[in-house]
Amino acid sequence: MLGRKKELAYPKKGVPGRLREVLFGYALLAPALILLAVFEFFPILYGLYISLCSWRLGCAEFIGAENYIRAFRDPQVWHALLVTATYSLMSVPVQLGLGLFFAYLLFQKVKGQELFRLIFFLPYVTSTVASAAVWTYIYNPDRGLINTVLGALGLPQPRWLAEPTGVFALVARGLGVELPAWAHGPSLALVAVFIYTTWVFVGYDITIFLAGLGNIPTELYDAARVDGAKGWALFRHVTIPLLSPTTFFLSVITVIGTFKAFNHIYIMTMGGPGTATTTASIYIFRQLYEYNRYGYSAALSFILFSAILVLTIVQNRVAGRRVVYE
Amino acid sequence: MNRLLDLPVVRPVGLRTFRPRPPAGRLIIYLVLMAGASLSVLPFAYMVASSLKSYGSVITNNLWPWWPLGDEPLQWQNYIEAVRHTGWDPHWGTWLMVRYFANSLIVSGVIVGGAVLTSLLAAYALSHVELPGRNLVFLGILATLMIPGELVLVPKVVMMFNFGWYNTYLALTVPFTVSVFGIFLLRQHFLQVPRELHDAARIDGANHLQYLLWVLLPLSRPALVVIAVLNFIWAWDAFQWPLLVTRDPSMRVLAVGLQQFMVGEGGVNTHLLMSFATMMVVPIIGLYFVAQRAFTEGFLSSGIKR
Repeated sequence: MLGRKKELAYPKKGVPGRLREVLFGYALLAPALILLAVFEFFPILYGLYISLCSWRLGCAEFIGAENYIRAFRDPQVWHALLVTATYSLMSVPVQLGLGLFFAYLLFQKVKGQELFRLIFFLPYVTSTVASAAVWTYIYNPDRGLINTVLGALGLPQPRWLAEPTGVFALVARGLGVELPAWAHGPSLALVAVFIYTTWVFVGYDITIFLAGLGNIPTELYDAARVDGAKGWALFRHVTIPLLSPTTFFLSVITVIGTFKAFNHIYIMTMGGPGTATTTASIYIFRQLYEYNRYGYSAALSFILFSAILVLTIVQNRVAGRRVVYE
Repeated sequence: MNRLLDLPVVRPVGLRTFRPRPPAGRLIIYLVLMAGASLSVLPFAYMVASSLKSYGSVITNNLWPWWPLGDEPLQWQNYIEAVRHTGWDPHWGTWLMVRYFANSLIVSGVIVGGAVLTSLLAAYALSHVELPGRNLVFLGILATLMIPGELVLVPKVVMMFNFGWYNTYLALTVPFTVSVFGIFLLRQHFLQVPRELHDAARIDGANHLQYLLWVLLPLSRPALVVIAVLNFIWAWDAFQWPLLVTRDPSMRVLAVGLQQFMVGEGGVNTHLLMSFATMMVVPIIGLYFVAQRAFTEGFLSSGIKR
């Protein structure tokens, strides 16, 4: 075999054929490699350098870890991380739960399964910017779809994206109870953003779950049925464990996604009202775009990235142990 | 992160399903599914409906101003009005909306073309050329998937200033003309093509480029469609980057144009904002139904929306 390859090598002209082949190969790789080096690898180092500077059109002053120290002392950073974590904690169980629920229904030999899946997937593929703009209108307190319907039914009309008060506090207030500040819960604005995100991502989760369900061997269900398992028991003891790699994958993807979330939040609230929906990525962006604090926002990016990394590792350790692989 | 990469590539096509359920249970299943599907579509329906209402109907919360509940005709002129309300671009002597569309098409087109081209060449080198350190190079390319875009956002913006690319098409396109996902997918496809085909072509006197162009390219059309479609979607929806690296209204892409319209006009003229959003979404939905298989496979194998 080895000899045959040599036989087929290209005609040699001047440069030995083997070297020509290598040069040719790297010439083909060059465009991709150069682009990746310039726009992926180099910026990591450059970003690190920027984060150690007081940056004004260049490194005005090398200030070491000062940007990082400042970040840790900045209460807004902690608030932003808290908002992000809350957003993440809401998103994972609800999105995955709904995704699995619909995927399981679709899996029951439903007619038009493919059409349903196509429709569920639609919000995920269409432009986030456009759909976020539409949802902003849907949430509009005065003339949006939701409040128009609620008003027609004589129900209270919350202010959705414009409401910084916690949801538990709002519900309690409706019942005439005033909750202490720590029990206010996530702001309604953040919950509204989260409802939008759920609308977008459920279709993706359904699609992945459907694929996962399809990978579970039918024999296992048959074996469990022979042992007398039915309905819920079948779901609980066969489907759930065997689906755990998929669930795990989706939970990691969802956490990372919520930490990176930017476009739709910026479109819908720009981080407001106040700082109710200022997630870490929104905060970083504003430091960069509105205040031109390059060094500081570069440092914040590294901090956020470390947070994501730690979270993923923890998730891998904790949940990963419970994942069952066939 | 290792576990993520270990997961098998999953496909939704040709699913196996359970045995049928009793009719009453099935009816409930269909009802629930239909409710879910309606919720998925409802915002789009609301968008299109609102785009065809008059200003008056929108601010008076009239959900259905048309026959038989009302007597308002469909306001098709909203679409023309929306274009007008974006303002005038003296450089090209046209409405800014036309610029937004042109910019989005140019940017998406260059990104798709560039990404496909660089992926083709790199994937070929990684699968058909005997290179020392080939696998190492491939691993290095894959490693960039671990770098989140947010981490390199600030330095990349600074680089655009340094290169003198700020507020130009170069900044909007060049950094995205490489696609690791594309290289990965095409390399997989190329490796599946029987080696004998390559040997036969070489014996017949074809050189590398001829083999790539006349044999591999037609064989990998499905993969190329997936790569093109995904990169197009990403480029079409890009918002944060264009917002950061452009300044002039005439350099805006659709996403930025829509957001600026929303901040300015859209607060008042919601019906026009909905016309704008409809115009932005329709090409994507059209593409989705034409090439839906490419979408599903692409999003499944790429793991996540960029």
